[in-house]
Amino acid sequence: MKLLRLIPNNTNFDFLRIKVIAFLFSFIILTGSFISLVVNNLNYGIDFKGGILLELRSKNPNSSNINELREKISTLNAGEVSIQNFGKETDFLVRIQKQEGDQKEQIAMIEKVKSLIDKDYTVRRSEFVGPVVGDELKTAGIYAVSLALLSIMIYIWFRFEWQFSIAAILALIHDVLTTVGLFSILQLEFNLATIAAILTTAGYSINDTVVIFDRVRENLRRYKSKTHYFIYNKSINETLSRTFITSVTTLLALFIIFFFGGAVLSDFALAMIWGVIIGTFSSIFVAVSLLTYFNINKGEKIDDRTNVPEYEKEN
Amino acid sequence: MKSLSKIKLILIIASVIIGILYATPNFFKTSQQVQSFNFLPGKKINLGLDLQGGSYLLLKADMDVVFAEKLDSVLSDIRSSLRNSKIGYKKLSIQNDIISFKKRGDTSNEKIRSIIFSLDKNLIVENKLDSFFIKFSEQNKKNITKTTMAQAIEIVRRRIDETGTNEPSIQQQGADRIIVQLPGLDDPSRIKKLLGKTAKLTFQLAHPSIFSEDLDDNTKAPPGFVKLQEDKNPDRFYMINKRVMVSGEMLKDASPTFDRNNSPSVSFQLSALGGKKFGRVTGKNIGRAFAIVLDGKVVSAPVIQTQIFSTGQITGSFTVQETNDLALVLRSGALPAPMVILEERSVGPGLGNDSISAGKIASIFGLIAVMVFMLFTYGMFGIFANIALVCNIVFIIALLSIIQATLTLPGIAGIVLTMGMAVDANVLIFERIKEEFNSGRNILDAIEAGFQRAISTIIDANLTTLFAALALFSFGSGPIKGFSVTLMIGIATSMFTAIVITKYIVFLYSKKKGINSVFLQD
Repeated sequence: MKLLRLIPNNTNFDFLRIKVIAFLFSFIILTGSFISLVVNNLNYGIDFKGGILLELRSKNPNSSNINELREKISTLNAGEVSIQNFGKETDFLVRIQKQEGDQKEQIAMIEKVKSLIDKDYTVRRSEFVGPVVGDELKTAGIYAVSLALLSIMIYIWFRFEWQFSIAAILALIHDVLTTVGLFSILQLEFNLATIAAILTTAGYSINDTVVIFDRVRENLRRYKSKTHYFIYNKSINETLSRTFITSVTTLLALFIIFFFGGAVLSDFALAMIWGVIIGTFSSIFVAVSLLTYFNINKGEKIDDRTNVPEYEKEN
Repeated sequence: MKSLSKIKLILIIASVIIGILYATPNFFKTSQQVQSFNFLPGKKINLGLDLQGGSYLLLKADMDVVFAEKLDSVLSDIRSSLRNSKIGYKKLSIQNDIISFKKRGDTSNEKIRSIIFSLDKNLIVENKLDSFFIKFSEQNKKNITKTTMAQAIEIVRRRIDETGTNEPSIQQQGADRIIVQLPGLDDPSRIKKLLGKTAKLTFQLAHPSIFSEDLDDNTKAPPGFVKLQEDKNPDRFYMINKRVMVSGEMLKDASPTFDRNNSPSVSFQLSALGGKKFGRVTGKNIGRAFAIVLDGKVVSAPVIQTQIFSTGQITGSFTVQETNDLALVLRSGALPAPMVILEERSVGPGLGNDSISAGKIASIFGLIAVMVFMLFTYGMFGIFANIALVCNIVFIIALLSIIQATLTLPGIAGIVLTMGMAVDANVLIFERIKEEFNSGRNILDAIEAGFQRAISTIIDANLTTLFAALALFSFGSGPIKGFSVTLMIGIATSMFTAIVITKYIVFLYSKKKGINSVFLQD
């Protein structure tokens, strides 16, 4: 059987030569993310903002009209209302802002909408989140992401050198910020699932980075007389095939969730697709490139530690 | 591992068989079918509310109301203690959650302090000159919250049980919150209505000479009385004596019924003690209005015609549904604190089913896509990796069943994602073997070295991912927690399958056949 060969054997690309271009690219997407966050902010879902969400399906598939639905709901004077198609022609997502007054008003509004559209639509999902919960979730989300970054940083610091942990964490922050930026630029709904996607992306990206760093550490000991530049490039090249294949299988799974997992999961999958791509990019072009700015000690020779055969030792 | 140990093989096969046994029940449609195969050890994975449909409510007990009530009773205790000890006082009142009073006469401050502490040693007492200020300490509040929540959960459970909802789950969360999960119930409006009432019922006498007709918004209540609204008609007021004659705790039973005019009402039965009290009050006050007060509003205030003992009827302008609900909440007892709904999520059965089928399709397609890709990229080794992948999925499903985890829609996404990421360990191993082989080792050495070196990388890489999953677990609620659990299990099982199962298969294969020709072509 002829095997698929995505990455040729023994590649020898000079990745670090284009590190300035890569930094520039990172700089542009980071700046873009910041600008969008300042200008557009995030399109917070009701998980964080509080409010009411209803998913409706038209009982009559032939006459599902978004304008008609909009007109109907506007008679309730519920304040800011957004209605959009959701996955299917006949499915709609209705978001209603938090109502004036206490919890009772919110619950009452859900009931009002339900009885108003009862004849023509079935309610597939209804959610109400109070503002207290939303604020708590925001804090918890920031806390969780920070906790993850911190524990990863400490682990890498212990297993590698401190320089590695700084490079890895900067690459991770890069991934997290640009993923948040993507949500701001595309104005995708930022909700609980988004936080899950961001953390999973962070997990994936650090996985990638650690694999390359692992090889860098090994090669630093093995090729004592070579330059750091050579060693970093070699490490990236040696792990390139694995980096690529794992990205492809993960992306395969994610695209399948995106297309077949239903409307609820599609934004989640989209965030992760971006996360995997940017995570792979940042492992090579942010994490390893940053290492070049540190003068990392090459440490004791690996030969004492592991059984490297004669032919691999250099003179 | 130059020689293949039999024990290892047996352990691997045993783990796979156990995995299959625990995973199998999940492929049956109903639990009846599972039971008919009684050799199977496990149960099915719990489906989250987002998959099976149902409602999730997050309630918060309004503790401020309870603290105010309790402080009120501390105030009455202080009043009677001071009186009993014959200590003069003035201006005994509550302001901003602080009880204050001034002593009269020359009792020592120490003595007054000790009297107050004898009521409750946790109170905070400050005094300046002759003035005393008393408030609850954090310990007081903690204790009050604890007992209140224990009662509240009990009452919430009773009310929900009375509605006949299937397998409700009622748990405390944090200090003052309750999570209610109602599988299969996609419209929780009745439950919300039932939990929305504290259902504090009291019987109090009305003012003998001030009648509803004389009252409007601006009327002030005379001392000892309070002006209350009518339940159904907020414009109508009653002047009610503050003293509670009989309260809801003395109810033994309540049931919906119809009164003489055939309009819906609730009949109640009092306990022996309650009946005695009721008889005494009604006997002495024939001809006066006796108000039935529910949650601070007057339901009705009938005039007492004859002495009544243990049974009575509550009439008002009720619908049948309202009398059903009222009887139910009276039977279950009053909630010790008002409940506020902080969050509500309901999923209908339609969406749940759609999500399950979308999840199934995504899983199957994901599996096929990854397996085909691995086969075409790695040939024979791809098949090994695919065997490991299938074992991996069996293990994930089995573990989820064993720990009775809740599978949510994001959880299914987690499984599909794990399929993509799980092959990573195999890829790492295989790429390493190839490298070792290309650098001149013979194939068996290359395999040995490849595994050995890849393992440290695999552990480092997966542990860091695990940290992210743990952070997610600590943050998440409901669906997100489900996602992080599948992710963590996926990380663990993929490490196991790659390090143990793939390794064994590769060695087995390379022992049996000269694999150079198949294994590393080109």
